[in-house]
Amino acid sequence: MLLIYCPYCDVERAETEFHCGGEAHIARPSDPSQTSEEEWVEFLYMRSNTKGVAAERWRHIHGCGRFFNAVRDTVSDKFLKFYKAGETMPDLEKISKEAGK
Amino acid sequence: MKRYSFLELAKNAFSAHQNWGRQWRAPEPKAEYDVVIVGAGGHGLATAYYLAKEHGIRNIAVLEKGWLGGGNTGRNTTIVRSNYLWEESAALYNHAIGLWQNLSQELNYNVMYSARGVMMLAHTVHDVQVAQRHIHANRLAGVQNEWLTPEQAKEYCPPLNISKNIRYPVMGAALQRVGGTARHDGVAWGYARGADDLGVDIIQNCAVTGIRRSADGAVEGVETAKGFIKAKKVGVVAAGHTSVVMDMAGVRLPLESFPLQALVSEPVKPAFPCVVMSNTIHAYISQSDKGELVIGAGTDQFVSYAQAGGIHITNHTIDAICELFPHFRRMRMLRNWGGIVDTTPDRSPILSKTPVQGLYVNCGWGTGGFKATPGSGHVFAHTIAKDEPHPINAPFTIERFRTGRLIDEAAAAAVAH
Amino acid sequence: MSQPFRTEKGGRIDRNEQLTFTFDGEQMQGHKGDTLASALLANGVHLVGRSFKYHRPRGIISSGSEEPNALVGIYRNGDQTPNLRATQVELYQGLEAISQNRFPSLGFDIGAINDLMSPLFPAGFYYKTFMWPKSFWDRVYEPVIRAAAGLGKPPKKPDHDFYGNLYAHCDVLVAGSGPSGLAAALAAAETGAKVILCDEQAEFGGSLLSENSASVDGKEPADWVAVTLARLGAMDNVTLLPRTTAFGYFAHNYVALAERITDHIANPDPKLPRERLWQVRAKEVVIAAGAIERPLVFPENDRPGILLADAGRTYLNRYGVKVGHKVLVATASDSAWQAAFDMADHGVEVAAIVDLRETPPKNLMAIAEARGIRVEAGCVVTGTLGRKRVKAALLGRLMTSGQVASGGQVECDALLMSGGWTPTVSLYSQSRGKVVWDGDKGAFVPGKSVQHERSTGASKGLYGLQATLEDGYAAGENAAKAATGKSAKIAYSTATGGEASNGGTLGALPHDRNASRVKAFVDYQNDVTAKDVKLAVREGMHSIEHIKRYTTTGMATDQGRLSNMNALKIASGALDRPLTDVGLTTFRQPFTPTTFGLFAGVSRGDFFDPVRKTPSHDWVVENGGVFEDVGQWKRTWYFPKNGEDMHAAVARECKIARESVGLFDASTLGKIEVVGPDAAEFLERMYTNPWKKLATGRCRYGLLLNDAGFITDDGVIGRLAEGRFHVTTTTGGAPSVFARMEDYLQTEWPDLDVWITSTTEQYAVAAVQGPKAREVIAPFIEGIDLSAENLPHMSVREGTFCGVPCRLFRISFTGELGFEINVSRRHGKMMWETLAKEIEKHSGTAYGTETMHVLRAEKGYIIVGQDTDGTVTPQDAGMTWAIGKKKLDFVGKRGLERPDLKADGRPQFVGLLTTDPKVKLEEGAQVTVAENPATGTSAEGHVTSSYYSPALDRTIALAMVKNGQALEGKTLYVPMPEGSIPVEVTGTVFYDKEGARINV
Repeated sequence: MLLIYCPYCDVERAETEFHCGGEAHIARPSDPSQTSEEEWVEFLYMRSNTKGVAAERWRHIHGCGRFFNAVRDTVSDKFLKFYKAGETMPDLEKISKEAGK
Repeated sequence: MKRYSFLELAKNAFSAHQNWGRQWRAPEPKAEYDVVIVGAGGHGLATAYYLAKEHGIRNIAVLEKGWLGGGNTGRNTTIVRSNYLWEESAALYNHAIGLWQNLSQELNYNVMYSARGVMMLAHTVHDVQVAQRHIHANRLAGVQNEWLTPEQAKEYCPPLNISKNIRYPVMGAALQRVGGTARHDGVAWGYARGADDLGVDIIQNCAVTGIRRSADGAVEGVETAKGFIKAKKVGVVAAGHTSVVMDMAGVRLPLESFPLQALVSEPVKPAFPCVVMSNTIHAYISQSDKGELVIGAGTDQFVSYAQAGGIHITNHTIDAICELFPHFRRMRMLRNWGGIVDTTPDRSPILSKTPVQGLYVNCGWGTGGFKATPGSGHVFAHTIAKDEPHPINAPFTIERFRTGRLIDEAAAAAVAH
Repeated sequence: MSQPFRTEKGGRIDRNEQLTFTFDGEQMQGHKGDTLASALLANGVHLVGRSFKYHRPRGIISSGSEEPNALVGIYRNGDQTPNLRATQVELYQGLEAISQNRFPSLGFDIGAINDLMSPLFPAGFYYKTFMWPKSFWDRVYEPVIRAAAGLGKPPKKPDHDFYGNLYAHCDVLVAGSGPSGLAAALAAAETGAKVILCDEQAEFGGSLLSENSASVDGKEPADWVAVTLARLGAMDNVTLLPRTTAFGYFAHNYVALAERITDHIANPDPKLPRERLWQVRAKEVVIAAGAIERPLVFPENDRPGILLADAGRTYLNRYGVKVGHKVLVATASDSAWQAAFDMADHGVEVAAIVDLRETPPKNLMAIAEARGIRVEAGCVVTGTLGRKRVKAALLGRLMTSGQVASGGQVECDALLMSGGWTPTVSLYSQSRGKVVWDGDKGAFVPGKSVQHERSTGASKGLYGLQATLEDGYAAGENAAKAATGKSAKIAYSTATGGEASNGGTLGALPHDRNASRVKAFVDYQNDVTAKDVKLAVREGMHSIEHIKRYTTTGMATDQGRLSNMNALKIASGALDRPLTDVGLTTFRQPFTPTTFGLFAGVSRGDFFDPVRKTPSHDWVVENGGVFEDVGQWKRTWYFPKNGEDMHAAVARECKIARESVGLFDASTLGKIEVVGPDAAEFLERMYTNPWKKLATGRCRYGLLLNDAGFITDDGVIGRLAEGRFHVTTTTGGAPSVFARMEDYLQTEWPDLDVWITSTTEQYAVAAVQGPKAREVIAPFIEGIDLSAENLPHMSVREGTFCGVPCRLFRISFTGELGFEINVSRRHGKMMWETLAKEIEKHSGTAYGTETMHVLRAEKGYIIVGQDTDGTVTPQDAGMTWAIGKKKLDFVGKRGLERPDLKADGRPQFVGLLTTDPKVKLEEGAQVTVAENPATGTSAEGHVTSSYYSPALDRTIALAMVKNGQALEGKTLYVPMPEGSIPVEVTGTVFYDKEGARINV
């Protein structure tokens, strides 16, 4: 039962209030008709599945309902950063280093 | 290899069991192998065994970052069944069932395959429709599966609560009598002993740190904790860590690794005769030969390599168990543990060549890989040896996600309306 | 004499309150404050169980939760609980305990033959045999093995008790209430921090409760405990939880506690839960779990009467029980000497102190001498005699050569042993911390903190009363500071006596016996001997995990708390590798076995999953309707009248709906309000259909795909205003459709000015369907012209129903004239009852989901999730008409362009008519070209829906069949076990193909 911070509500809440939306920063192509098969399968299915520090999406379903992003170490399950949807992806390597990884 | 038998056991009793040989060696890696298998779980060891036995390739290493059989092979709830919906899946898992039935004799190692029956419960009209569809499809495909009324289900599994007054009453069940359980460690060890006997080097505590590719892109070998090992072919069978290993070769996969929990109760005298699964209320249970109730829980919702999940997942599972078997409420949980399950978008595995020449991958078994162990190893060995898939695993490509030719077992049971 | 082994005085039991209990039917006495174990020992009972594999007689070995041997079944009010540790079961009047794993009796157990056969049963023997003949494994061998294995008998009846659940937050959680735990709790609490202190035992105080050779602040340790507890108990910021085990340490400092509430009470208040699960989010955790004593591994170290030395001392000092009249103490560490001294002081004859060490501490030797106790230094026990209770021990003298010379035989009726102490690092390990080897202490101790926790006192290998107190205070202060930023300096209590115990040994002791003949147990419960561990190593099991799994050492219900270190040392010796190379197995939660009921908590029956009811629910119950579960909803399935079965009821309902009028509760359908200037654009992107040109007041059927291109949901969408849509979804799909809409809106198209709101719970929906539908609703609707001209099929208007606002849809899922009225949920019951009454005037009927399914199937309308299964495209479903051809993009459009989704030979949605109109196909049945297909033939498709159609007076079916749309008129087969059924492929619309009935 993770403890998750919602950057919109500015509160920490138990994981059961949230839904994980998987890997973050996978944008749907703006014009899918122009994508190649490879680009489309990349968008649909291919995932980094990172062992270590990775950005992922969460939605505060039983709270404000908003999507936001989190950086988490998938080995320790520790959260290293939370940020709002739409904000640019943080420098994961830097966060990794700061966390002593 | 000294054959195992009761006679041998009795003979050794006279020498106080001082003369048993090693079940497998602890070799140092050679500089070069024809085939390197990454991952000494059940699937990897089975692959090596069949490569050596059926394809005449003896210069094989199986590299394992920890101890053999220590990943999902040693962490699952040991259920064996093959009553899958799609003919591709049914063929794959039924191929495994065929091998399971003879595996103890084949390996001369008692893997304790116990065909005590797997019963999958239906709790809603939709469940019944899905179960019936499976049964009809299975019958045509020659896969054993039959429908039981609630009363018949209770007769087969007396502890089952078929009262109409529970939240989701049992409306019937699909029973595969040939399904059951097997001893997970025994499977890993049996294949390890068999492979070792055929000359396969099983090298434990030897993590792969890189996959080296030549200028033309083909595989050259693997970098490991014990140095570079040259290999003509590399088969990756790394379960939850497949993405990590394949990333070393620059191959991206449609995989996500989730924590999956399982647990056992304290051992008690025989209380549960078969395997019962309920997809709707999320529970599966059997009793081990040791007497422990073996219970599978669900996955957490996020990618994690921690081999540990949240207690709310356990709570939910035990809710369901106690609802179906209310007298187990006073039983006690002895151990709870986690595995890392690599899951594909269509919940079917990938058993395939890859875009990299000489690199093969066997992954994506999600929560249900144990049951396929012999079949998976058998067809994957074929794929590596011949550089083309066995007809049974031909549909299980990476390519299917591009073309859309999915083998979607999860969608087929999808709930809507 | 009752309780012949009870001391004259002393101990913490209440000698004024005598309790009667039974063990295997024999009545005995004990006292309030006893555990079952202490009471049995007071009665001279050591033999309490049989071991797992060899069925050897076994006795109580410890005094705590680490007990591997003394497992009993407790029977109470028809409930039966197996495998409880006698050392943890608190005595109450009338307690009924039964020994386990024996037949026919504890004293005479047939299974004990296994002990004689044991040469045949070394570790892992079952992997090597039972393979011939092949069919014998699950028919013969396995049943025999299963019957022999297992410990207690499983409960046979549903549990009468119930269980509670609490969530809690605190600044500092202290697990364990020995000296360091109490000090930590006090220090943290004095800063004002919110503190929870829990301990698995009935009383707080841990080792202090059996310590009588030391003092704290000049007081008896137990008195200091009482004073400290009084202080803690008076503080509002402190929660004290005795009988509460911190059993699981999860991510993000989430700790689970199991509180036992009624098991120790003779007649508990029936309103009390038996146990309660505490799920605690602690800012900081102090682990004060203490240490446990290690057994010595010597031949026949498992006889009843052989106990850990500290347990012997605890029984004596805390419970006033002598474990024997003549006690031999075998040790490798100092602490056991104190046990010997305490025994002697209570008049127990100490046969000898046998210390492995050549030169035990001089001060101890002096005390022993003063008490006249025989001391054998450099000496070990090499065996014991006595079947059901130890009666003598063999001694061996250690020679400089490493050999052992016989040291004679000593008679005794109890043997206390100590191999030193093992810090309890389970919780630390569960917190995902990595233990490190401390060579000086000869133990694994906690390494770096991974979560917000710190270990203190003996659980980190720190011994000695003064040192553990000091460390506890510091841990409490630091934890509070870390949690709250606040600190407070409190006066530390000081201890005298209770010095740290030195010494200890790991692994098997040397002996002069025939190694192949004797059994020196490492894991008592699982009957794992030193030989087994060595055999595993010999067979190539070099990882401790392999050794554990092969021998099953450490896999018993004590999770190896007594055995792990000794097994590791033996393995390390056999491997000739340093102990740290062999590795330590992982400690898993739960710390001690934890009741299933505790996890399930209140979640049973209707609390298992919330029940969602529609507004008609009560009416349906009164009118004899039958419900089906659809997700969490209870939906009406059908309304049997006068003893009808489902078939008859549905036939009647269908007929009436087509001839007159039917009423259906459609409230479960998902509803989403889509509002904003870009609402139409948003729907344009989500659904396959075009929306921008849909006129206000009109509806359209919407088809929703996923981006892979497969159908996931559908529903009618009405446009209420330029920027307002009323979207409906399937019942099961409501949450996921809403979530996906939010996902796309928030993360892919944040530029769109649209708000979406789930309104599923806001509206009650009544569907009135049939030729008389207009007449039925007309009396109640105001503000809407119901005429066909003004309100054609697929329209929506706002008005009132019986004066309350409503949204009226003219839509049909039956092919008849139909309306769906949406009113506020609180008026739903009124609406339903009003309409139910009204339809009676038209000889109408209420109908359920089954009739709804039949009526829609007659019209060939799909049900997503039944006719489609997540692998079906709009083309497959024959719904290319639902795709906006001019749209550049919608969810799923690109997915549909993938090669396989456009390929030839995909299953397509068709109708099937059996040649014999009476034969109803089974849903899920396979469709083939061949009449009698060979096993392994690929199916052409499968039947998705199949019903008897009252309107056609014949059966109909819908199916997905490869290239089915081109096969119309062709005959295919549905092979069944009883024979093949010929079917004709047809279109999907069976009734009113022109759709005349809908447009009236």
